[in-house]
Amino acid sequence: MRATVLVRPKPGILDPQGQAVESSLRHLGFAVGEARVGKLVELEVEADDAGEARAQLERMCEQLLANPLIESYEITLQADA
Amino acid sequence: MSGGTRPLVAVPVFPGSNDDRDAVRALELVGARAQRVWHAEPSLPDQTAAVVLPGGFSYGDYLRCGAIARFSPVMGAVASFAAEGGLVLGICNGFQILTEAGLLPGVLRANASLAFVCRDVRVRVERGGTPFTSRCSAGDELTIPVKHGEGCWFADPDLLADLEANGQVVLRYAEGENPNGAVGDVAGVCNEAGNVLGLMPHPEHAVDPLLGSTDGALLLGSLVDAARLSGAVPV
Repeated sequence: MRATVLVRPKPGILDPQGQAVESSLRHLGFAVGEARVGKLVELEVEADDAGEARAQLERMCEQLLANPLIESYEITLQADA
Repeated sequence: MSGGTRPLVAVPVFPGSNDDRDAVRALELVGARAQRVWHAEPSLPDQTAAVVLPGGFSYGDYLRCGAIARFSPVMGAVASFAAEGGLVLGICNGFQILTEAGLLPGVLRANASLAFVCRDVRVRVERGGTPFTSRCSAGDELTIPVKHGEGCWFADPDLLADLEANGQVVLRYAEGENPNGAVGDVAGVCNEAGNVLGLMPHPEHAVDPLLGSTDGALLLGSLVDAARLSGAVPV
């Protein structure tokens, strides 16, 4: 089952990468604000059903993919398993 | 304890560690026997009296600095050692690994400037008398180099207030010296029990007058003194 995990800096956490990207975009003439930079992890999960896959993905996020002190995560399961 | 008065300090080596040899040399200089231990080892050497996690770029800093190294077999042994009161010092990447492992509070993030910093900084000892600062007094200023891209220590205001109240902020960048944007100018923080310390500056690079400062020897010497007193902790 294919899944996507989006890891982003929590609101209120200073994101210097996002600020640098925002500043570069402004230099290019784009009127942007509040750019934030996160990470996208695509992976294949072996699981019997979506519930089990999601439970596994939650554990992956808690243990490794995200640091709960500074990051939130969002799991999306693809239907075309 | 064999080895006379030279306590054994284990220095775990991860793929991508690069300050392990400097750490060994500095520890030997201040009176320890130091032994590098490959990360795949599930245990620490017999008679280990302290552990120093060295700087570097373990696992290429992939995902987050220290996030992958914390699952190395040797880290299980380090966690057990720390839980029994064993002395553990994490320097730079070692600090990052200890925060990721949950052995130290907070997290280290990209420097606020997004630039890699490599220079001497002045750090103030906030708490003397710990196993890592017994050769210093509170208020002493030490000159020790930093070299990192992700040394911006972060804790939310509640956590920081707790740590300050508990005296867990052991080292702080001197005024105007904060090289990375760390909250509270925190350069080094310990766990609640006080036997695990992490810091971004590199004391192992400040033990030889040829390199400008020997202040790092005060911290490493304190650790070796404490290790000598504690003797070998069962592992």
